[in-house]
Amino acid sequence: MSDFDLKAATQEYATRLGDDSVVLGHRLSEWTSNGPFLEEDIALSNVALDYIGRARMYYTYAAELAGNGKTEDDFAYTRDMREFRNLLIHELPRGDFAYTMVRQLFVDVFNTHYLPELAKSTDSTLAGIAQKAIKETRYHLRRSHEWALRLGDGTEASHQRMQRAIESLWGYTHELFDADPLEAQLADAGIGVHNAALRPAWLEQVSAILTEATLTVPKDDWAVRGGRVGYHTENLGHMLNDMQFLHRAYPGCQW
Amino acid sequence: MMAKSIPVIPFAWYERAQRRKQSALTQIWEVLDQVKDPEIPVLSIWDLGVLCDVQAVEGKYVVSITPTYSGCPAMETIKADIAAALDAAKLQPYEIVTRISPAWTTDWLSPQGREQLQAYGIAPPAGGGCAQAQGLTPDSGIECPHCSSSNTRRISEFGSTACKALFQCQDCHEPFDYFKHL
Repeated sequence: MSDFDLKAATQEYATRLGDDSVVLGHRLSEWTSNGPFLEEDIALSNVALDYIGRARMYYTYAAELAGNGKTEDDFAYTRDMREFRNLLIHELPRGDFAYTMVRQLFVDVFNTHYLPELAKSTDSTLAGIAQKAIKETRYHLRRSHEWALRLGDGTEASHQRMQRAIESLWGYTHELFDADPLEAQLADAGIGVHNAALRPAWLEQVSAILTEATLTVPKDDWAVRGGRVGYHTENLGHMLNDMQFLHRAYPGCQW
Repeated sequence: MMAKSIPVIPFAWYERAQRRKQSALTQIWEVLDQVKDPEIPVLSIWDLGVLCDVQAVEGKYVVSITPTYSGCPAMETIKADIAAALDAAKLQPYEIVTRISPAWTTDWLSPQGREQLQAYGIAPPAGGGCAQAQGLTPDSGIECPHCSSSNTRRISEFGSTACKALFQCQDCHEPFDYFKHL
């Protein structure tokens, strides 16, 4: 790849990572004032804030690489659904509390393996963002792990809800380990990460936690893909409606 | 019995303190000491470790700051407060840059900052221990900033701001914030 291509690819990659973060951050923020109890409400809001913070760092870097005067807000608020490149697992509606925690567990375990690799990136900005995010993710994982145990090995109702969430989310986890040519080339260039190589460790850790929580690891018999090419579930459009409304109705609005 | 041991200063803090000590820009450092964290108004951005460095580059002051947590919403206010302090002191022109690497750590808190946190009713981050080494908050044993008892328990791993967790003292029964080790 020429230098120019590499820069454009890095910009696209930073945008994708920003999309993952802002979409999950928004989904988590929907729990604010809706949490099952005060401390949990605060915890979910804090985790949401960490993701929105990551999105800001990734988008700011993408904007810097684009060099056309765009800002993080343009990336978050003025792109349409098909331009978003987040992995689908992040955009699924928050569901019940079990669903939110199972998704968080899957994503947290993924990130505890992914971020240390990104922290080795030859791109110092991406490496810096990853180093910052690792610490937060470890903190998130302890909580999602504890909730998995408490709910999985809890009452019959909580166990059922957890198992149902696992079954409905499992097919969306495969996309976490995909790489299109752009991501593969970035990984080869030492900027990105070979995600496929992370799956054995992810599967082992997730399986151990689910088993400990008396839950069953599903079979790999279905998979949904498309986030990285802009094919989304119907849910993202509805979410962006909420997320982008204010900025689109009152451009540049501040308070 | 061993004599009371000499307190160990984290190397990260020592490095920061040396950077400031060796800087010729004494006045600007002192002006920036007036800028407080908007969430913990007893703590200056220097004591908190958010203020990384001040340099004079090509005729302007470059002030480098770093966020505690990725999504810390206080950063915008801190930037505005820095600008206001520098304008008032006529230390211009200046540029405020945000650095994310190396990542902020509680080791950058100044010893004075730790004392101020305690006096304000926030337990400062505890060093050592297995949980803390991984950046996690322990279940119990954080010293109560009100009565100094260690008979405390964690109520929540998260608190009113991204940098804090919630504890309760089982002796004086007061709830208190714990500044998370990171």
